Amino acid sequence: MTTDSLPVRTADARTRTASDGTPYGRRRPRLSLRQRAGRQHHAGPVAYVLLGLAALFSLFPLYFTMVAASSDNTRVTQTPPPFLPGPHLLENLGKAWQDAALGKAMVNSLIVAGVIALSTVLFATLAGFAFAKLRFRGRNILLMLVIGTMMIPPQLGVVPLFMMMAELGWGQKLPAVIFPTLVSAVGVFFMRQYLSEALPDELVEAGRVDGAHSLRIFWSIVLPVARPAMAVLFMITFVHAWNDFFWPFIALDMSNPTVPVALTQLSAGYVRDQSLIMAGALLGTLPLLAMFVVFGRQIVGGIMQGAVKG
Amino acid sequence: MATSTKTSQGGALGTAPPAGNRASGDRQGRRNLLHRLDLRGAPYAFVAPFFVVFAAFSFYPLLYTSWISLHRVEMSSLNLMEWVAFDNYTALWHDDRFWNALANTFTIGVISTVPQLLMALGLAHLLNYKLRGSTFFRVAALTPYATSVGAAALVFTMLFERDFGMINWMLGPFGVDNIDWENNKWAAQTAISTIVIWRWTGYNALLYLAAMQAIPQDRYEAAAIDGASRWQQFLKVTVPGIRSTIVFTIVLSTIGATQLFGEPLIFGQGPNGITGGADNQYQTLGLLLYEEGWKNYQMGRAATVAWAMFLLLILVFVVQRVLKRALARSS
Repeated sequence: MTTDSLPVRTADARTRTASDGTPYGRRRPRLSLRQRAGRQHHAGPVAYVLLGLAALFSLFPLYFTMVAASSDNTRVTQTPPPFLPGPHLLENLGKAWQDAALGKAMVNSLIVAGVIALSTVLFATLAGFAFAKLRFRGRNILLMLVIGTMMIPPQLGVVPLFMMMAELGWGQKLPAVIFPTLVSAVGVFFMRQYLSEALPDELVEAGRVDGAHSLRIFWSIVLPVARPAMAVLFMITFVHAWNDFFWPFIALDMSNPTVPVALTQLSAGYVRDQSLIMAGALLGTLPLLAMFVVFGRQIVGGIMQGAVKG
Repeated sequence: MATSTKTSQGGALGTAPPAGNRASGDRQGRRNLLHRLDLRGAPYAFVAPFFVVFAAFSFYPLLYTSWISLHRVEMSSLNLMEWVAFDNYTALWHDDRFWNALANTFTIGVISTVPQLLMALGLAHLLNYKLRGSTFFRVAALTPYATSVGAAALVFTMLFERDFGMINWMLGPFGVDNIDWENNKWAAQTAISTIVIWRWTGYNALLYLAAMQAIPQDRYEAAAIDGASRWQQFLKVTVPGIRSTIVFTIVLSTIGATQLFGEPLIFGQGPNGITGGADNQYQTLGLLLYEEGWKNYQMGRAATVAWAMFLLLILVFVVQRVLKRALARSS
């Protein structure tokens, strides 16, 4: 539909030529240190203050979740609200774990997000390799199709999907939320962009000359090159799958929920205690926050990399 | 390659390579056939999983949605479909809840998307400076993206609480009386939009930042030589330079806005969640779809809402397309 409004086309153009038409390769050496310094002005105090405010806006709700989760209910509901953590963190986490049945939800979410991330990485790398380096009829049209599918929100098909899952006997079961998202267009496109640049044609040719078949080339030549991008795609897909809400909320019920589905129970009035609600919210977010603390830099890099190129 | 394949065919016809070579020739031929099959077929096999998954779980359901929307289907008997032609559509057209949900989806979409993308643009500009601790600022900006909609909506529900919420407490000194963020329509829509803005601003900022870093330096130099101020450089070089990314984020945010579901559901706390507040004051199309299907058990009606959302999306894209063309012509 609006595929040409994606940065895709310009991005492709950008990798080949600079906007003024000079080949990228010729322009590149001019991006010396002096040039870079010229482009990026040093930030002044105002910029730091604004950035500090932005960081505060981003992090404060999470900090407050922790503060509320470590207080008791009276302290949370007093005015002025508490700004420092209280002493009840572990106790509240334990209670919330039981009240919201978060244990099962955690395991379910780990399975769902883990399987989806693994299969997305595998299938997206296969397809990305084909689109980047193999020649076949209809390649461009199929690639445009992949990009076009990004424009269709999967939510619109929930009614038939629900009926389909009931028929398959997957109602309220994890396969119902795993299968529809086994591979994503974004993932395919991400790997395609990465491999077109990172994988030299000569390597693939050399594999062919040695008589390796395509799967073998994929296994021994493509995978090692693709590994960094695969790691990033894994993490980004994991985050998305973990946080996916609409379809899991419809497909699963409280007896077998993922974490975001289980969290709705906290708001639905079963748990009256505000500090327990926050403890549950904190628990549900903790695994991803931990991932961010360790791999935040890589995830940021991956999102930006996916951005320049699409 | 072609010749040796012929040889093996020839061998089968009896025009015969020497007997001793025959077996190896056959093997060679089979290998070449396999090789050709591999060259031709492997690419399709590699891209097939995506298309199979898409066809089965996205495309087919999308089409089938329109078919279901022409029927009366109840949750208790999913395989009994009674043909009603366009009854569901006429019912929807005369349903105040639909127009209400459409209006809410639109207003929440605007108050969440416009500030979000403007703030993201500003944030990206700041992050594009040479910075100490740039990694920290980037990761911090992206952290809300790692928060599930459930957790985010829960904490904002508390921050926007009428009696003890932090936001009303902070507004107090400015002479603002406690705002009822849930029952007041505009307050509720603002609060829900805040959740959306919080979760997605940093993500969009990183997309912009990536695009900004790809803008060639010469354009800034040229602008500086022409005497453009920093602000003019931002308007004349930076923004046009990342235009395609801006369009991309507008498209993504628009899709997200038409699908909005989790934020209003959880913000509504309990029984009022699905209806979008006691007076439907923040019921979105996504919530209406869910209410029809999973509370009123009318799957046909739910499918009608879904198809209406799809048509709406197409309409939005057409409008965006027309606007883009008009803008391109004017500039």
